[in-house]
Amino acid sequence: MATLELSIQDEAASAPVRGRRKLGLLFWLASGWLAIILALAILAPVLPLQNPTDMDMLERRAAFSGEHWLGTDGLGRDELARLIFGARVSLTVGLIAPMISLVFGGALGLLAGYFRGRFETLVVGSMDVLLAFPPLIFALAVTAYLGQSVPNLTLILGVLGIPAFMRVARAATLTLSRREFVIAAEALGASHARILLRELLPNVILPLLAFFLLGVAVTIVVEGALSFLGLGVPPPMASWGSMIGEGRESLDVAPRLAFLPAAALFLTVLAFNLVGDTLRALTDPRQGAL
Amino acid sequence: MMQLAVRPEPLLNVDNLVVEYGLGNKTVHAVSGVSLQVARGETLGLVGESGCGKSTLGRAVLQLRRAKSGRVMFDGEDLTAMEGEALRKMRRRVQLIFQDPIASLNPRRRIGDIVAEPLIVAGVKDAAERKRRVHEVLSAVGLDPDIVAGRLPHEFSGGQCQRICIARSLVLNPEFIVCDEPVSALDVSIRAQILNLLEEMKVRFGLTLLFIAHDLAVVKAVSDRVAVMYLGRLCEVGPSEQLFAKPAHPYTGLLLQAIPVPDPDVRPVESVAIGEPPSPIAPPSGCRFRTRCPRADQRCSAEIPELREIAPGQFAACHHPLA
Amino acid sequence: MSAPLLTIEDVAVELPTPRGNLRAVDHVDLSLAAGRTLGIVGESGCGKTMLSRAVLQLLPKKAKLTGRVMFDGEDLVRLNAERLRRLRGRDLAVVFQDPMTSLNPVLTIGTQLMETIQEHLELDAPAARKRSIELLAAVGIPAPEQRLAQYPHQCSGGMRQRIAIAIALSCEPKLLIADEPTTALDVTIQAQILDLLAREQRRRHMAMIIITHDLGVVAGRADEVAVMYAGRVVERAPTPALFKRMHMPYTEALLAAIPKLETAPHTPLPAISGRPPDPTRPLRGCSFAPRCRYAAGRCHEAKPELKSAEVPGHLYACFHPIQMAEGIGA
Repeated sequence: MATLELSIQDEAASAPVRGRRKLGLLFWLASGWLAIILALAILAPVLPLQNPTDMDMLERRAAFSGEHWLGTDGLGRDELARLIFGARVSLTVGLIAPMISLVFGGALGLLAGYFRGRFETLVVGSMDVLLAFPPLIFALAVTAYLGQSVPNLTLILGVLGIPAFMRVARAATLTLSRREFVIAAEALGASHARILLRELLPNVILPLLAFFLLGVAVTIVVEGALSFLGLGVPPPMASWGSMIGEGRESLDVAPRLAFLPAAALFLTVLAFNLVGDTLRALTDPRQGAL
Repeated sequence: MMQLAVRPEPLLNVDNLVVEYGLGNKTVHAVSGVSLQVARGETLGLVGESGCGKSTLGRAVLQLRRAKSGRVMFDGEDLTAMEGEALRKMRRRVQLIFQDPIASLNPRRRIGDIVAEPLIVAGVKDAAERKRRVHEVLSAVGLDPDIVAGRLPHEFSGGQCQRICIARSLVLNPEFIVCDEPVSALDVSIRAQILNLLEEMKVRFGLTLLFIAHDLAVVKAVSDRVAVMYLGRLCEVGPSEQLFAKPAHPYTGLLLQAIPVPDPDVRPVESVAIGEPPSPIAPPSGCRFRTRCPRADQRCSAEIPELREIAPGQFAACHHPLA
Repeated sequence: MSAPLLTIEDVAVELPTPRGNLRAVDHVDLSLAAGRTLGIVGESGCGKTMLSRAVLQLLPKKAKLTGRVMFDGEDLVRLNAERLRRLRGRDLAVVFQDPMTSLNPVLTIGTQLMETIQEHLELDAPAARKRSIELLAAVGIPAPEQRLAQYPHQCSGGMRQRIAIAIALSCEPKLLIADEPTTALDVTIQAQILDLLAREQRRRHMAMIIITHDLGVVAGRADEVAVMYAGRVVERAPTPALFKRMHMPYTEALLAAIPKLETAPHTPLPAISGRPPDPTRPLRGCSFAPRCRYAAGRCHEAKPELKSAEVPGHLYACFHPIQMAEGIGA
């Protein structure tokens, strides 16, 4: 029997299976920043902060001081508190809205790419309609009808993100469902549900997650833009976008009022992108093969 | 219906199968009326070049591609008429091994789970029993289950992946396996290993094989009988030794002549093949090989040749077979 | 016999990878005279493709190359980029394995053919066009004028490979490297393509290197064969000498593992057990020793160097060469 693969035992003993990929300094800095921001956002209510909505008309646009570490904004509200509470809003919307898009868009794309035919045409068509609909009008309509609030904002952004995730999921599914391992599952007599959940989903989820992290970054910016335009969170609630909007009026006197939230936004989005890229590169299952 | 096998009651009986599919607004005539039989315990080799429809035929036999017309009888039951649960149950008795071993394994699942999957689908609830069967087949194909089961496919070479695929196809103790170019993507030295392994498994598990390949020598090494296919139709069928020693169809002769022989004294003959194979979208009328055949004449374009017995057990579809 | 057109001297290629340093090519010496054909035979991972890239100076950026590649009197390794660019396509031509990816899918065939001709031969457009049509006809493509306007996806695999050959031959190269030119093609087309290459080579008195894993391809068509394993040349000889008297067990095993048409069905094939070594973990001794049935103590300790056999020009690297008196096969 000249066919025994005995050599694999040597390999098991000596070869490290995964190449250690060095996570760069940037990755750690980015993760660190995200960790800090998330911690601050979660713990905000229990931190010894000033009330972000307390107005102190005597201390408007105050400079950095012992009482107000980052000064106050145009209405005398503590800037630091507003930044941290603003993080709560931005991150809530920024994480939950893409999650909605991921779940619904991902499911639709997976099903469309697998079943093809009329179902696929229907899904792709309706997504195209959604995409063609001007997003701002949609946002305006929803806020006019249902009112401005964080949940509504999250819903709007979540729905608007569905077509993009549908596309990613469908593209991945189309490629994968022609691969032999899916046909092999079919040849075994596996049901559609089993093939979708066991064979396709674990493979499609990877590009979806990478896209998700990018989606987070984009959503935070979009939320910022909507709030800047006054369509986002209602005052006096703070979000980074609304703070930038409010800071516009004080640009000549106290530019920090716009720059501080902008810097926070920029750094957080950048951090999400960096972490997303690195994680995607790491989770590529082909990284072990030469 | 032609009785091509020697023994009665073949395990697989393909009757005038026609498979077509659309490409844009055109139709590809992949398989145009193929009939063949495989007896229990036999290996039928199916050989032909790319585009001849052999892979499509293999998949159509397993109902992974639905035929336009024709029947596939497996152990007396009509697979083409089956659907849903009945068909899924039938799938446990017929399995498929693919050309690309690495693409045949889900890159995100562990080997142990991949090989156990058929058992789960078939409803084997006992986890210990599943583990036992997985270990049994992995050992049978020459891999150490304790080392291999926890790993991912990308950690293995092509040859090892093909062993895993073979193990997966054996775990349900099937009766019939369609091997679709199982060694074409492997290196020469690994090819021989896998071919030996397939032969061994066939004997040990009592299998019947339909072995599809484009390499004649590979097909001959493992097959009892060989069928030659060209552009959707069968050209010739017969016992391996006989067919290759005295081919009756000009296309078989052409294939044999074109094989590069690893012997420097054999000067390669300037090939007599004229031109390229036509497209299966617009196959030639009559005999499909006539556009490349040096023996073709009027009759060949007017009349489709049927498979007729040229020698005992050897059938060729040609109006002017080789002597 | 003329002085060698191409001399590969002590070439080694190393690639850094996440798993360690990969020795793709391990000190290879080869030479080729004008008008002769060299066949390089080996399985995947043996380094034959890297070697051809080393000759063409088309290695990945991270690769480290040592040694010399003398082509027509110049050392390609030390040559400046401009001079190299002018050599490539003109005196040095390549045909790759996969004609689908070696032709640009968004450019017409005419554009691809003519741009090479115009670049290297400095002909004007009508003259280049005329030459393109001649070339397409020479490689056996019917209706060449119509083909010029077509795109690669409109042609079959065999036809695309002919076009790739036409592009390679367009500037009358002195050396043509064919890297697995027929592996992706059907056997009847393979024969036609190999005939075409042989014919063109004779006509142009061109040197040719055929890289393949198939010993059958080189048997009838190469003057000399070099067998590679794990980055090294393990045996090298004029073709008849190689097949008649193999010295290196790997060559013998390789030949034996190929299913032959003469053998009866169901005969167990003499397979080589195990797999080629991991190139990031070079062995101390002979790379083939773990799989070799003749291996003994010394084989695991030291790497055998290439030695001469009785026939001039026949070299092999083995401590226990086999003596095959006559014939081929195990």
